[in-house]
Amino acid sequence: MSGITKSFPGVRALDGVDLEVQAGEVHCLLGQNGAGKSTLIKILAGVHQPDGGEISWQGAAVTLRSPIAAMRLGIATIYQELDLVEGLSVAENIFLGHEPTTAGFVVRGRQARASATALLARLGHAEIDAGGLVGSLSAAQQQIVSMARALSHDVRLIVMDEPSAALDPDEVDNLFRIVAGLTADGVAVVYISHRLEEIRRIGDRVTVLKDGRAVAVGLPAKSTPTRDVVALMTGRDVEYVFPPRPGDAARAAGAEPVLRVEGLSRDGEFAALDLDVRPGEIVGLAGLVGSGRSEVLETVYGARTPSTGRVLVDGRPLRPGSVRAAVRAGIGLAPEERKAQGLLMLESVTRNVSVSTLSRFSRGGWLDRRAEREAARTATRELSLRPDNPDAPVRTLSGGNQQKAVLARWLLRGCRVLLLDEPTRGVDVGARAELYAVIRRLADEGLAVLLVSSEVPEVLGLADRVLVLREGRVVHTAPARELDEHRVLDLVMEGSPTP
Amino acid sequence: MTQPVSPAQRHQQDTPAATPAKTPARQPARLGLRPDVRNLSLLGVLAVLVAVGGFTRPDQFLDSGNLQLVLTQASVIGVVTVGMTFVITSGGIDLSVGAIVALASVWATTLATQEYGFAGILFTAVVVGLACGLVNGLLIAYGGMVPFIATLAMLASARGLALQITDGKTQIVTVESVLDLGIPDAYVLGIPPLVLVFAVVTVVGWLLLNRTTFGRRTVAVGGNAEAARLAGIDVRRQRLYLYLLSGLCCGIAAFLLVVLSGSGQNTNGNLYELDAIAAAIIGGTLLSGGRGTIVGSVLGVLVFTTITNIFALNNLQSDVQQIAKGAIIVAAVLVQRRTARDGAT
Repeated sequence: MSGITKSFPGVRALDGVDLEVQAGEVHCLLGQNGAGKSTLIKILAGVHQPDGGEISWQGAAVTLRSPIAAMRLGIATIYQELDLVEGLSVAENIFLGHEPTTAGFVVRGRQARASATALLARLGHAEIDAGGLVGSLSAAQQQIVSMARALSHDVRLIVMDEPSAALDPDEVDNLFRIVAGLTADGVAVVYISHRLEEIRRIGDRVTVLKDGRAVAVGLPAKSTPTRDVVALMTGRDVEYVFPPRPGDAARAAGAEPVLRVEGLSRDGEFAALDLDVRPGEIVGLAGLVGSGRSEVLETVYGARTPSTGRVLVDGRPLRPGSVRAAVRAGIGLAPEERKAQGLLMLESVTRNVSVSTLSRFSRGGWLDRRAEREAARTATRELSLRPDNPDAPVRTLSGGNQQKAVLARWLLRGCRVLLLDEPTRGVDVGARAELYAVIRRLADEGLAVLLVSSEVPEVLGLADRVLVLREGRVVHTAPARELDEHRVLDLVMEGSPTP
Repeated sequence: MTQPVSPAQRHQQDTPAATPAKTPARQPARLGLRPDVRNLSLLGVLAVLVAVGGFTRPDQFLDSGNLQLVLTQASVIGVVTVGMTFVITSGGIDLSVGAIVALASVWATTLATQEYGFAGILFTAVVVGLACGLVNGLLIAYGGMVPFIATLAMLASARGLALQITDGKTQIVTVESVLDLGIPDAYVLGIPPLVLVFAVVTVVGWLLLNRTTFGRRTVAVGGNAEAARLAGIDVRRQRLYLYLLSGLCCGIAAFLLVVLSGSGQNTNGNLYELDAIAAAIIGGTLLSGGRGTIVGSVLGVLVFTTITNIFALNNLQSDVQQIAKGAIIVAAVLVQRRTARDGAT
């Protein structure tokens, strides 16, 4: 692949990326969240079409028009979110779309089961029943089924997106044996992982992506120093221009916390969480995907019901599991999935901003649309939302401006606690600094902000205080200026004991 | 529409690489305009139909009596369609409307009810409609049932109950004041009473959808229920109200049908659910929710009723009618798919 570019509305996801994979090698793809890894492999899998650039396969230029086209060439992809049909059996999943048939349409179930059993055995998991339902398997077993499906094609290149994320250590060992077996057969593997030590063990070469660009191509996986790799992944850039923090003295002077969380737990997600947020303060939660970050925010907001613990605003406990109680108490949430959870994509900016405040613009249910529009416009102007047109459909805005529309909603409502879940996801690098400034300004105006982000520098740069989460527990709390990225990554990944 | 450049905008933190110059009115006007364009095209279809009717049956079609008949026939299904439009806009569906109309019409025409005269019939029809809507709403909003299933169950049971009440017999209305409203020469304010009710329901429905918090919440729930919930809207209560509203419209429609036919039958309102859904969809209401138009729905109803009338005047069988209706639905939905594709980025 060379010079691949891809833009989504509002974001340039890939900006001229090169990737070269040789037969029989394990090529690792590294990069932080949002660096463009997923987009790149989706192009490789034929899911997305590149806007520019070329893909050549065994020396000949090809166009991957669809996932089927990619599969026919021998490119198989194992996605991070497993794409299995839970209600079908293991064998049916493995041969979905290319079932062995008689006369073109009668599925030869027994042959499929036999082949599936053979594949599973080859993968070292003969214990999985090819006739059993996929829904009854563990995550690790489902991973194996996904892999068997990839191998059921005549495959020359397998892309694995964080295959080890759901696996226990000994299962990871098995995964590596499988990968080694594949490469010995001359199959090429593109391996994506956040775990550097894995890449050292099985990788041959490394390509590092950052902000949609390949910042290093074909580094030797075994001998490149960790320091260099991390530096390439995290290298400071325009995206990390953070607004200055106001003097701590004023804030630490014991203002009463607006938001207080006491012993909040949810079974299997997070446990015994305590935290305070004072007016004017930004508190950050750092942790890996799956560490319980988003779940904490959604529980505080009442979108999930806690098993134990409580949430207090101004010392008054909120009714657990009620979004309306939280909103009434002055909490606002900018959710992680902005399009799916935050915005009414068919509607205008005004209607998205006013949706939480409708009763203020109505008398007996009757809307004063002029007042609504003016109020929404005032709020969006305060955040410099562009275009400065309250009637613009929200779907035409860039990611950063869509996020501002969500913030304006809560600004208009006059909320006192703002929960931000991945506030810069899908936001252009250049627009991030502006969003950071907006968030800091809101805090300076007295809002209490609780921030969740998978980008460690963002948490460190923006927050005053940081709580590090690992597997649903706070493993460390410190002022942001006393932490650095390596320290947090250590805490988050290695799980080194709490100091 | 050009916007004055505000001071805030002028000296905003123009950070490096501010969002590429894709911001200004690239598309904004289109979304706002499109429903009007669609309504215009429906009006065009209607005009063509009127021309066809006038051309093939110049003597009968444009006769004021015939036009009045078309409007009167459109009234019953029209009132149902207004309620259906709200439900579909919220992302739901109500398959039970026809059965509710049947049940309400037979309950309102039992001998016992008729003893209470005009008020008794009207009251019973409306209350039965509301009660069925309440059950639908509770099952869907608080029982967590899928609207399709809950209202399908209501369809079956309401029809069954209607049959049980009538024992399959037609219940003749003997209350004079009710019958008087249904005779061809009855006018209130110079308009046939049924058409007047239809007009009032339409206007109220339009105001409710476009000018009130209720309407706004309906659209929000249909556009993105999760976002609406996280924005602090009580999604479940809203859903309950919506099915109540649909039930109310069915009750009103049942009363109109009783007036029109002078009787109550358990076969009343047959396939109204399909007609109402079809009219709403060709009118431009998104079946997936999030966008609804009362004007479009009413035009949809008028188009269907006019087709029926023209076919009847030309002595064409109802099978041909059905085929034509089907073709129109397909055409309208294909247009809608294109619209939706443009809409979703």
